[in-house]
Amino acid sequence: MRNSKLPSTFRNDAILLGALVLAAVILFCTPFFFGKEGRFVVIEENGREIGRFSITDEVTEEIRTGQGYNTLVIRGGAAWIESADCRDKICIHRGSIRNAGETIVCLPHRLVITVTEGEER
Amino acid sequence: MSGKRLAYLASFLGLAMILSYVESLIPFFGLVPGMKAGLANLVTVFLLYRFRTAEAFLVSLVRVALSALLFGTLFSFLFSVTGFLLSFFGMLLMKKSERFRSISVSVIGGVLHNMAQIALAVILLGSGAIAYYIPVLFAAGILSGAIVGLIAAFLIRKIPIRL
Repeated sequence: MRNSKLPSTFRNDAILLGALVLAAVILFCTPFFFGKEGRFVVIEENGREIGRFSITDEVTEEIRTGQGYNTLVIRGGAAWIESADCRDKICIHRGSIRNAGETIVCLPHRLVITVTEGEER
Repeated sequence: MSGKRLAYLASFLGLAMILSYVESLIPFFGLVPGMKAGLANLVTVFLLYRFRTAEAFLVSLVRVALSALLFGTLFSFLFSVTGFLLSFFGMLLMKKSERFRSISVSVIGGVLHNMAQIALAVILLGSGAIAYYIPVLFAAGILSGAIVGLIAAFLIRKIPIRL
């Protein structure tokens, strides 16, 4: 069996792990990932926008995609998926989203629901 | 390959399958199908240090394919295999450099695994929206890689298999 040489110190490892943790902290602090007040709920299928609501609306909408349906509910400034016929139900377990940048993904249906702070279009 | 060697590799495959099964019972983040705590990577890291590269690769690849077949979906297979390939080659490079200990190798594996999965999700969905999860997945990769790495380092030290 090959005998792999182990470095005698943890110096390289300490530098590497420190850099990675620092990178993680910086990522968490990046403005792009900050939870700003959301304004719109944008629905995308295959990367194409297929619908948009204001986060203040009261909506119960059945979104039909080529693969199945997801029932989107918007109430009290939050949006969530109430029911869906996908297999894993990850979109339902995701719970509600309200801040800009938060996302619900239903991968089997190629569906992404995002809260944006974006402009009126 | 000797019979003894084959028997060892088969038992490690079995062990990796059990770990895969255990982690399929733990809903970790549930963000992306196929996203796991990375327990099975323990076997991959161990094999990288105690067996040949090709053997570590094959056992791990078969584990990924079989556990997707048994506990997952086509989607989870795509995600697992993408994450596995990038993390395996990242770990291999780290190890071959001989500048890092197994904990760093494992942490790099965990981070690359998660970053590969998020990249695949962005490509599949054609939407950058899930990039929102990068910080969480990045940190989760470090954490799970560190835990796996600590256990692996212990096993590598305690089990000096000679074949």
